[in-house]
Amino acid sequence: MSQHFPALIIVIPLFSALMVTVAGWFNKRLCFPISLLSLAAVLYSSIGLLMQVLSRQVVQYRLGGWPPPFGIVYEVDYLNSVVLVLVTAVALINLIATRISVVEDFPDKLGPFYTLYLLFVTGLSGIVVTGDAFNLYVLLEISSLTGYALIGMGKEHAPLASLHYVFMGTIGASFYLLGIGYLYLVTGSLNMVDIAGILPKLYGSKVVLIAFIICMTGLFIKMALFPFHSWLPNAYADSPPGVVGLIAPLTTKVMVYVMLRITLYVFKPEFSFASADINTAFVWIAAFGIVVASVLALSERRLKRFLTYVLIAEVGYMVGGLWLANRAGITGAILHIINDAAMTLCIFLAAGNILRQSRSDAFEDLKGLFRKMPFSMAAFVVAALSIIGVPPTCGFFSKWYLISGAIEAGQYVFVAALLFSSLVNVVLFFRIIEIGFFEPLDDHHHQAPEITRREAPMGMVISLVAVAVGLIVLGIFTRDIVTKIIQFAIPEGIT
Amino acid sequence: MDTLISIIVSKYNYWIYICLMMIGLYAMIVKNNLVKKIIGMNILQTSIILFYVSIGAKKGATLPIITHGHNGESHAVHAVDFINPLPHVLMLTAIVVAVATLGVALALALRVYSQYQTLEEDEIYSQIEMSRKK
Repeated sequence: MSQHFPALIIVIPLFSALMVTVAGWFNKRLCFPISLLSLAAVLYSSIGLLMQVLSRQVVQYRLGGWPPPFGIVYEVDYLNSVVLVLVTAVALINLIATRISVVEDFPDKLGPFYTLYLLFVTGLSGIVVTGDAFNLYVLLEISSLTGYALIGMGKEHAPLASLHYVFMGTIGASFYLLGIGYLYLVTGSLNMVDIAGILPKLYGSKVVLIAFIICMTGLFIKMALFPFHSWLPNAYADSPPGVVGLIAPLTTKVMVYVMLRITLYVFKPEFSFASADINTAFVWIAAFGIVVASVLALSERRLKRFLTYVLIAEVGYMVGGLWLANRAGITGAILHIINDAAMTLCIFLAAGNILRQSRSDAFEDLKGLFRKMPFSMAAFVVAALSIIGVPPTCGFFSKWYLISGAIEAGQYVFVAALLFSSLVNVVLFFRIIEIGFFEPLDDHHHQAPEITRREAPMGMVISLVAVAVGLIVLGIFTRDIVTKIIQFAIPEGIT
Repeated sequence: MDTLISIIVSKYNYWIYICLMMIGLYAMIVKNNLVKKIIGMNILQTSIILFYVSIGAKKGATLPIITHGHNGESHAVHAVDFINPLPHVLMLTAIVVAVATLGVALALALRVYSQYQTLEEDEIYSQIEMSRKK
């Protein structure tokens, strides 16, 4: 059983998605338990894989028994095992946390919703485990197409935002496909390990350079790095909480993982980081993106839209961290994939609870929230502190690695951008906390209105608080994560 | 001049795919009508499919089907005599992906139309502006 974990990670949610569709025709109540069971099984398999990787390094699974480079292989190593656990854990927690709000948002569409949910998880976990460049494209499109549909299910302007996301996402995926085509043209292979073995002889070739640039451009569009970020705020701001809690933490982070995989393991660091000028250029783009996203965040007056700009700034952190091209920077980037997914999940779940209870997420409607929903707001504060980077929450440690890597590489612009973004986050989050905590309710009435407790339902609050505690736990165990997993995920030769 | 012409003529498959790709991108960026944008998106995807299909072709090569000789004996197989089937097979998957993307995009366009009663982007934006002012 345990030797089939890599295949089960794809097969279980894929077939459960079909089962959910069929079950949805007969009895809508069955949809949630089936999804829950299948995601729990996937999480179990991915934790099993992580354990296998920790004990005997790389796990290789040959689909259909075909040996590489002819067949498709799923390879799980230090880098993707941890991302895999992250993806499945976030998907499972969000599924549990948003069960009630999903029933409220889509009473007639439970079957289609959970089908899309499971297919989205299938696509993302497939992207993470696959060792085949073209297979990655197909799984990328599976997750993107389901993501478009999930976002399109939202209210207000969601269909329009989703259509724009389709345009940008398709351009990004097409560019990735084109880059892989160029690589295939010169290497004749689609297997990542095989390509990496053939490429060093061809590093002087212009085709390889073009392939690298086109692949990176496609991935930058997909991960919403500034200046390709324009699709993200609209797409995420109008989507319902059950969707945004899944898509916001995972999509951009998995794309950053793909970027790491391509730059570090398909192209070797000797190629990717060959030119110090190009590294500096990418770090500047990332730093500029962080600053612009932070400034745009300052101008927002609605909680969820503000959070989407924070998300775009965080993408800049990880891209910049990679192109610092030293061990501390890349450690920071990988650690930030984990931490940022957890932080984003926590903050969007809290925002979802707030939106559900007070029907609005405009800043001026947040008054008195701490008395109305103390637990949700406590979790919100923990997530906010983590995004700002206050110890002992996890956000502090990845930011620490990023800043020390930047100082080591002499990229002081990046240090300044990180500090600026932290300052903006301090200003904005403390404003929200101030409004929620201190500002009195409406002054129109002369006597102070009675504030009643209107906390979100039990299930939503418990899972939210669990995620918030998880942020602190992740922070405390940072040393273990770095020394046991991440330091082996970075190729040797990077100092 | 001669070298330029020879570059264009000898690599004409790449020029065709680049032209198609630019047409697609142009339509997606410039056109105001959402369905025209969707058509542009499909042209972009098709151009990449053409690129893949064309790199599998070889001059004077035939279909990659190995026929048995007389009396059940097999011929020696020379890779030069056969076109490369792998890019073509990959593109079957890419065509499916393109069709699925088109389907999702058209479904979303339908929803947009039923919401705003128009597919022209500027009219949709002016409607959104109007609703914000109210």
